[in-house]
Amino acid sequence: MAIGFVIRKNQYYDSVFLMGVNKRLSQNKGVLQTAVLMASEKNKQLLADIGIYGDQIVTAKPNDLIVAVIAETPQVVDTVLGGLDQALLALEEKVLVSLLHTLNDGLAKKPHANLAVLTIPGEYVFREARKALDAGLSLFIFSSNVPVEEERKLKELAAEKKLLVMGPDCGTSILGGVGIGFSNIINRGAFGVIGPSGTGLQEFTCQIHNAGFGISHAIGTGSHDLSDEIGGITSFQALDALEADPQTKVIAIIAKPPGRKTLERLIARFKLCGKPVVSCFLGARMDSFEGGEALTWTTTIDDAVLAAIQHVGEKPTAIRIELTHQERELASKSRADWAPEQRFLRGLFAGGTFCYQSQQILGEAGIVVHSNAPLDPHYKLADPDRSSEHTLIDMGDETYTLGRPHPMIDGTTRRQRIMSESRDPSVAVLLLDFILGFNASMDPVGELYDAILEAKQMVRQQGGELTIVASICGTKEDPQELDLQERLLREAGVIVFQSNAKAALFCCQLLKHV
Amino acid sequence: MEDKVEDLLQEELVIINMGLRGFAESLEQQEVEVVQVDWIPPAGGDQEMIDILEKLM
Repeated sequence: MAIGFVIRKNQYYDSVFLMGVNKRLSQNKGVLQTAVLMASEKNKQLLADIGIYGDQIVTAKPNDLIVAVIAETPQVVDTVLGGLDQALLALEEKVLVSLLHTLNDGLAKKPHANLAVLTIPGEYVFREARKALDAGLSLFIFSSNVPVEEERKLKELAAEKKLLVMGPDCGTSILGGVGIGFSNIINRGAFGVIGPSGTGLQEFTCQIHNAGFGISHAIGTGSHDLSDEIGGITSFQALDALEADPQTKVIAIIAKPPGRKTLERLIARFKLCGKPVVSCFLGARMDSFEGGEALTWTTTIDDAVLAAIQHVGEKPTAIRIELTHQERELASKSRADWAPEQRFLRGLFAGGTFCYQSQQILGEAGIVVHSNAPLDPHYKLADPDRSSEHTLIDMGDETYTLGRPHPMIDGTTRRQRIMSESRDPSVAVLLLDFILGFNASMDPVGELYDAILEAKQMVRQQGGELTIVASICGTKEDPQELDLQERLLREAGVIVFQSNAKAALFCCQLLKHV
Repeated sequence: MEDKVEDLLQEELVIINMGLRGFAESLEQQEVEVVQVDWIPPAGGDQEMIDILEKLM
């Protein structure tokens, strides 16, 4: 094995560009691992962890590019590093370059701007965000790894200035019909929604759209907003704004359970709200809270959608999703094809909220599930790469996304995991999610299609049958075309549902008598 | 003070996109007024130097 690296002084690139270079270099024959990173302290530590260090790395600055290669032979290392300029050039040619490099440059071009969108490394967010607030701009901060004290300071400052900070770690918002970040093409309508999770908001807005209704605004708050450290500053501002917004008739909030103190304050606020509120706190038991008539508690996103629709004059229906008779029959039929040793479920998720909600639904059915992001810490996997019995993996977790693209953007890590899970003879079911919309992969099903076929074929050759269940979060209007993605899945023999909760419920039915 | 959060929900968005270009492109596809900033860390990313520069400005 041979290791080598080069450092390029003052060559700064964004993370998407770096991942593109990484992918290109890693495709060379004989390469075991590559790392293409800016020399931040965190990245230098990452390199040290995989055995790459040296005085030049210690003294490298955050604007310096480090390219490291671990390969089978020194010749391969030399070839890959020798071809670096060509790889950089080939990718640079595809990218348009802006001559604007600072917030002030942007403001000079658009002095009437009212929102700044930040996707810069977390350690620089506080300074840039504070400057934007001082200039009178609200913020959408996609960046993660922003210290919680900095988040609180930014949100307090914003509240003082009557501005909004969506994020940090905010994946999705839709303001007045405009999707920001990972978002779908959604009709405008009467439902306002607030939430810390991008995929939670995508699932709610897509289901509202697909049911023939629309969204006034979907306000992402960032994943820490409802913790007691932040106290829901953005969520409360969003509630006030949606209550005052003439288009919004019903307000929904979709989140993991808030901090205890924040939850109590939220409930008190819900009771004072002049509009109906539907809350969905995934994984929480809300029996002990009295919300009053205008507040509906739900525990799945699907139930929240049904409850919200009821408030605009639809005939009252049960707000609890169920499987149809045909779906239950399909489950029995699928189970009959399994070999005797096939017993376990493996879920491989691009959306963290889908991993979480699936655990909740399976847990309620009495099915014990292990995970790298468990609802119950007792069932945390010792090694996220090694599944145990029923296992659900959040493939968007940091373990899988450091220096690699998120599974919503690129299917490589999920493709590899589908293959490794299907080699385990005890596996009977794979549960997957596919997320469409702006900024997501342009062909999420296509990226996994061959792996799905191959996995099914492999299990069939061993005398069994691999049941693959999937949900798609998207709309017909999305660039990836919902109908096309769904058709591809069905062609590959996948059982497809329009929601993650339904897909998880179907898995409960599959595993019922195992 | 006027509530700019309520205004943000009613006004046309005018966005400064700092960082990943894909986010700006998806906004352009929706015909939103957006300007792309290819942000780079100031002062070579040296936090102490950034502090000094900010105090000078």
